[in-house]
Amino acid sequence: MSIFTEFTERDRVFDFLAPTASPVDVRHGPILYLEDVTVSFDGFRAIDDLNLTIDDGELRCIIGPNGAGKTTMMDIITGKTRPDTGSVWFGSRHNLLRMNEPDIASLGIGRKFQKPTVFEALSVFENLELAMAADKRVFPTLTARLTGEHRDRIGEVLEMTGLKDLWRREAGVLSHGQKQWLEIGMLLMQRPRLLLVDEPVAGMTEQEMERTAELLTGLAGQQSVVVVEHDMGFVRSIARTVTVLHQGSVLAEGSMDAVSNDPKVVEVYLGEGI
Amino acid sequence: MTDSNRMWLTRPLTEGSTRLFLGLLAAAMTAVVLMHLVFPEGHALHMSIYTVTLMGKYLCYALLAVAVDLVWGYLGILSLGHGAFFAVGGYAMGMYLMRQIGTRGEYGHPVLPDFMVFLNWDQLPWYWHGFDMAWFAFLMVLLAPAALAFVFGYLAFRSRVTGVYLSIMTQALTFALMLAFYRNEMGFGGNNGFTDFKDLLGFSLLTDGTRLGLFIATGVALAIGYVLCRAIVTSKLGRVSVACRDAEARTRFLGYRVERVQLFIFVVSAMLAGVAGALYVPQAGIINPNQFSPIFSIEIVLWVALGGRATLYGAVIGALVVNYAKSVFTGIMPEAWLFALGGLFVFVTVFLPKGIAGLLPKKKRPDDDDSDTTAQEATA
Repeated sequence: MSIFTEFTERDRVFDFLAPTASPVDVRHGPILYLEDVTVSFDGFRAIDDLNLTIDDGELRCIIGPNGAGKTTMMDIITGKTRPDTGSVWFGSRHNLLRMNEPDIASLGIGRKFQKPTVFEALSVFENLELAMAADKRVFPTLTARLTGEHRDRIGEVLEMTGLKDLWRREAGVLSHGQKQWLEIGMLLMQRPRLLLVDEPVAGMTEQEMERTAELLTGLAGQQSVVVVEHDMGFVRSIARTVTVLHQGSVLAEGSMDAVSNDPKVVEVYLGEGI
Repeated sequence: MTDSNRMWLTRPLTEGSTRLFLGLLAAAMTAVVLMHLVFPEGHALHMSIYTVTLMGKYLCYALLAVAVDLVWGYLGILSLGHGAFFAVGGYAMGMYLMRQIGTRGEYGHPVLPDFMVFLNWDQLPWYWHGFDMAWFAFLMVLLAPAALAFVFGYLAFRSRVTGVYLSIMTQALTFALMLAFYRNEMGFGGNNGFTDFKDLLGFSLLTDGTRLGLFIATGVALAIGYVLCRAIVTSKLGRVSVACRDAEARTRFLGYRVERVQLFIFVVSAMLAGVAGALYVPQAGIINPNQFSPIFSIEIVLWVALGGRATLYGAVIGALVVNYAKSVFTGIMPEAWLFALGGLFVFVTVFLPKGIAGLLPKKKRPDDDDSDTTAQEATA
């Protein structure tokens, strides 16, 4: 029966006609579009009727108390978790719910996990080289040569991440903050359209935080960046738009000042001094 | 810096360390050949053909150790069954040598090797056909271990078996093959294996000239194997394999098919081990199922650990040092050898965690020895 109902919905493109392998279409503004998304784990609604729109080139911060569904939301976008209901679109052409993790990654959604994982035995330069978008099958990798173009791209990312002087160092000897930047750099090598960054400043010093804020604000514009963060000071220093999640749905959205004066937000964050 | 724009296979030849290795190998081999040829028998510096052949066997072990270091040092796969690939390569060579005996065997049968006549077989098993031709046998020296490694590796890596479980499976593989090759019905000579070889490519194996030739061929094979491994580890694929070793999940996340990288390097390593085995058999004069014994495979890993993992030249040093020590020890007090080996291993683990190679002046990272010009180039 469901086949027939699909054909009767005349306002929609048939699923089998919707293109999958084609450039991301952002002519209408949003690069990421979540509508009415709900996920339950054993009856617990981790995400409850979530609606979220990220514009192309935007830097968005997402805050919320523990258990608000921030990580689950990232999992849904990257294809790790399937929602029970709702739709998730990348641009206005790609239905992320019909794609698997590697496809979503190659479409240009890069995700940075909380704990930095870099290849410790390799140099900073080599880490970036491996992350570079290229033919990654065995024989092309064996015969791969580093062209001037590749070097330029690696140099560009070294510059952006502030690791230029450390390019020959083994990644294992870098500080925690430098490893975080290197990992963001590795994501940038793949030229993503959308970066999802999970708690980038956890365990960082003041100076490292400032450096990270510069890095992320510098990226916005070329890439869309979504940052999930607990540290309010950090969020205040980078955010233009802040989304507050609470119990799986959006509680408030707007500038940092507007959000922090919102009585509902104050109530949720009571005692946390937002 | 190694010139990253060179073709991958010739890239190691521009490296100082590889040139040094090849130079030392060539010098040592020249010395051995000269000591045998120039000094007359009885002279203090004369080297008997027995010793030359012994050196040739050490070089086979060195090539085998390089093969193990490629998968263990650079890919993080601790294979405790590489002796199996060595032995399969050796058996392929042995089959060729058996067919070369012809009517000169005890029973004088023109086609069947002696042990088949003894078992009252009246025709060759199908898998023995073709081994009278040298090109076919030499091809099998490469293909038989490769096929074994491919099937084993395909199943293991596809199922993402890694770490200690994989090590145990490789151990089981070589043990199972040992039991199989002990059976007479397999058609590989049972527990006696193959021996009494007469000639190779028309040269008698009993003459000094052939033995010297085999020694030189082994050295050349070691040089080629070393350069090939070096070419792989200095390529981008080599860096990917180090990445697989250290953070497999992360490598997969970057878009590399980890199981294919593992399979490729495992198969290359098995082929090198097969070549080492094939060169070993005519010099040792015998191949039997003991070559499959798990102890032998563990010993190979000890050579690499003693010499220094993930350096390639460390594997060569380890294989030479341990086997030389073994020859000396088993000559003086054979029963003490295993204690000496165990003691040596404990000593190296405690005092030289990087093996003997760790004692050598620290080799610079490939990127270190070029000046800041490339730094500017890279970041321009």
